[in-house]
Amino acid sequence: MEPATATAESSAAPILLSQFDDLDQQQQASNLGMWMFLATEVMFFGGLIVAYVVYRALSPREFALASRHLDMWLGFVNTIVLLSSSLAMALAVRSAQLHRSRQVLNYLLITMALGTCFLGIKAVEYYHEYEEKLIPALNFQLPAEAVESHFAQPGHFEMFFVLYFFMTGLHAFHLIIGITLVGVIALLSRRKWLSGGGETQIEVTGLYWHFVDIVWVFLYPLLYLIDVKS
Amino acid sequence: MSDHIVSVRTNVVLFVLLLLLLLATVGAAFLPLAAWHLPVALGFAAVKAILIGLFFMHVYYRHKLTWVVSLASLLWLGILIVLTLGDYLARDWLPNIPGK
Repeated sequence: MEPATATAESSAAPILLSQFDDLDQQQQASNLGMWMFLATEVMFFGGLIVAYVVYRALSPREFALASRHLDMWLGFVNTIVLLSSSLAMALAVRSAQLHRSRQVLNYLLITMALGTCFLGIKAVEYYHEYEEKLIPALNFQLPAEAVESHFAQPGHFEMFFVLYFFMTGLHAFHLIIGITLVGVIALLSRRKWLSGGGETQIEVTGLYWHFVDIVWVFLYPLLYLIDVKS
Repeated sequence: MSDHIVSVRTNVVLFVLLLLLLLATVGAAFLPLAAWHLPVALGFAAVKAILIGLFFMHVYYRHKLTWVVSLASLLWLGILIVLTLGDYLARDWLPNIPGK
């Protein structure tokens, strides 16, 4: 590949762009930029979270019953998968800092594989919900026990699934972007295209990946574990 | 560069801690906690998020500006949730407003 910019020619030593005083400041700026973006991402998910909070506060019984239709054990396995992918990503960042390029590539590939595995399990869950006729606007039917419960707001039972699909869907969308991003970074790092061995780029990609992990850490108890027994 | 390099040992210990916290979250879901389910589950989730933020995302080793930005996002989210809930939950508290 032809280097696209003048900064891309060398990969061994990091290149200092003219607007920065030193490499340290340059690296801190990239890092802080990603943190700023993640702060806006909190607000992006925040809209859905606040909708969830309001509806759950208004209709706790509807939400408790609806939550039991989700498979908490598939969600449990998926949490383990995503936490493992975060470990792999953290080790990729560490290898990049130590300039072990082969290790970096391996860890990035493991991260991508685990991310894809998460999406696969999520797809299985969505299919179960399709079979149980729980997808709003597609085939939603109020389950028998929800009809028998004589809820004041039976629509809020369906609203749980609207929020479930929007929240997990937006999360899955972020994961798809994350997997693509890690793939692009892995390819560029393999081609020695990134300045400084890609240390900063891989670290910043890692921040995004861990953020998506944190979102799931909150979604799991909020959606799956409202009322598992009784 | 001056970045702190987190050891493999720290990373693995952190991962094991996260798995234990996940088990605790699921375990607590089966306990008869009634109204305490939500605060307990969110408490465990918050601890997990803080651990991931501090060590996987290196906030612990970074200068104060990163701390401020990462915490500020939660501040805005808090304002959004508190004010919206304040509206929805308090709508029926004042029944005799003239012209309502």
